[in-house]
Amino acid sequence: MPSRALSRINRRYIPTFMPREINYAQAILEATDQCLANDPSVYIMGLGVTDPKGVFGTTVGLEKKHGSERVMDMPVAENGMTGIAIGSALVGMRPIMTHQRIDFMLLALDQIINNAAKWHYMFGGKKKIPLVIRLIIGKGWGQGPQHSQSLQALFAHIAGLKVVMPATAYDAKGLMIAAVEDDNPVIFIEHRWLHNVFGPVPEEMYRVEIGKARKIKEGKDLTVVASASMTLEALKASQYLAKDNIDLEIIDLRTIKPLDKNAILESVKKTGRLLVVDGAWKSFGVSAEVIAAVAENGASLLKANPQRVTFPDVPTPTSRALANYYYPRTIDIISAARKMFDLAEITEETVGISNDIPLDVPDKAFTGPF
Amino acid sequence: MVEESIADLYPEQEMRCPVHLCAGQEAIAVGVCANLKTDDYIMSNHRSHGHYLAKGGDLKAMMAEIYGKATGCCKGKGGSMHLIDLSVNYLGSTPIVGGVIPVATGVAFGIQMRGEDRLAVVFLGDAAAEEGVFSESLNYAALKQLSILYVCENNLYSVYSPLSVRQSDERENLAIAKAYGIYAEKGYGNDVAEVDRIAGKAIEHIRKTGKPAFIEFETYRFREHCGPNYDNTLGYRTEEEYEEWRQKCPLDNYEKKLLEESILNNELIDQYKNEIEQEMKEAVSFAKQSPFPNKQEIYTDLYA
Repeated sequence: MPSRALSRINRRYIPTFMPREINYAQAILEATDQCLANDPSVYIMGLGVTDPKGVFGTTVGLEKKHGSERVMDMPVAENGMTGIAIGSALVGMRPIMTHQRIDFMLLALDQIINNAAKWHYMFGGKKKIPLVIRLIIGKGWGQGPQHSQSLQALFAHIAGLKVVMPATAYDAKGLMIAAVEDDNPVIFIEHRWLHNVFGPVPEEMYRVEIGKARKIKEGKDLTVVASASMTLEALKASQYLAKDNIDLEIIDLRTIKPLDKNAILESVKKTGRLLVVDGAWKSFGVSAEVIAAVAENGASLLKANPQRVTFPDVPTPTSRALANYYYPRTIDIISAARKMFDLAEITEETVGISNDIPLDVPDKAFTGPF
Repeated sequence: MVEESIADLYPEQEMRCPVHLCAGQEAIAVGVCANLKTDDYIMSNHRSHGHYLAKGGDLKAMMAEIYGKATGCCKGKGGSMHLIDLSVNYLGSTPIVGGVIPVATGVAFGIQMRGEDRLAVVFLGDAAAEEGVFSESLNYAALKQLSILYVCENNLYSVYSPLSVRQSDERENLAIAKAYGIYAEKGYGNDVAEVDRIAGKAIEHIRKTGKPAFIEFETYRFREHCGPNYDNTLGYRTEEEYEEWRQKCPLDNYEKKLLEESILNNELIDQYKNEIEQEMKEAVSFAKQSPFPNKQEIYTDLYA
């Protein structure tokens, strides 16, 4: 049963027709609420969890419903508090730790990499660390170099961690429940712009399997592998590319680690072409790993050199005059795809993408349902 | 005797992992653990053989782990710096300086959330108290009133770096703990009776009030930071200082005291020594005869 606070939110946003649609932030809230109700060993802590804004609405009402012993704020001591979450997991608790920005938890890398990721392995499987760490990626409105990093590759590199990055409200709920029920440390990365994206979400508890990608659009000409907000950019690009008779097949990774290589290879087998769209730096990252997976296991399937659309290898600039061109835009995906079919470069104007909206705030297309 | 035996056997090059021997610091492990129940959890650092054994950890599993064998307490994946024995609630030792302090604090937090009647103890060195997580952990333990005992073993050196290059003369760990509102006491760590008294009082405080405590003991490691040898020739500490502490050997002095008080006699001492020697022999032969993990074990235990 949703709490009164939850019902208030739901009433405000849920359309009256079926199936029910809620946004990504509400999906995370509902998943957390249900996990807390379902298992007394689950608790959530993080800066701002109990404040009136409740981590962008993802924790609003939880303290009132589940009590301040299980829903709590914390001191600004990311490394120590992560160690404390790990210790509690050692004796049977299942903590969810949230950080309002991924950048803040870099202070906790010692505890995550040296302890959480390795505990089960280095003690010969005698102890497990069920721990979910929620990290939010900022973008736009001058977030700048230390409030908007996309560090999925950093965590995916570490043996013993799992890394998920849902793009839709449905997956946000299903992956959150799966992460809380997983006996391993799971890094749960949310893109801030996705919080307001709507989509159909069942009311009951359900799980989205960690390690499984989803074909979010069926197509035959070009496989686009993406995750989180880049999945939605790719969907948008696919509409324009259809006019060029380029039919995209879009694989939404959902889980970064373990990487679902089979889903990628299956798709490339059909299309023979691969474009990776990763919302992160280009070098040594997820885009390289996806291409390597295809090169190692199915290079002969490829009819063209694989390509990628990513951030440039520089920190995020703050001014919107710079940030607008730092983040890949729909046109970049369109251009990269066209290039793979030897079509000429085109501009937003010729494609007909309206460029009169500010690009440092979420685009109107970012509302779903997805 | 276990540590001396490891030091004797180490040159065979069969124990291929770093060993940080605790010879000279034994009284702290023994004095603290004498006040604990089996239910109580303890965690420790890289120099943890003494803590593990004092809590009742299995000697055979420890030796097999140091020899890298499948029968070791971590199936050969940990080594000397990663000991665990869940049957006596020895929850684990790890060698990142300070890294285990918040984890043990979290254990106490978990105990509190689960409403259990037990406490957590963590052993840390003087350098670990310089880490940020030390203060972060004290703050949280005080905030939540956690049942945890922090035991600082101040052996004056971090590897070869003396306190004088790491801490101001004005610094006092007790004052830091007290600043957080935490019960704190310090004493001489080479006298097991004094450790027992101070630890006993602190543990009684925790059990009675449910609040944390911090205790610190001055002590000295006899052998090199890491390995079986003596390293006074390096010049980071003086021969005089070493000899002075050698005279303060916690085992020799306590043996002398017990003899003087007629609690022990030479016959009994020989008997105990023989028993320990025998136990160690068996543990070493168990370790040596145990199989190595097979190579598929590389891939097991990654995920739970």
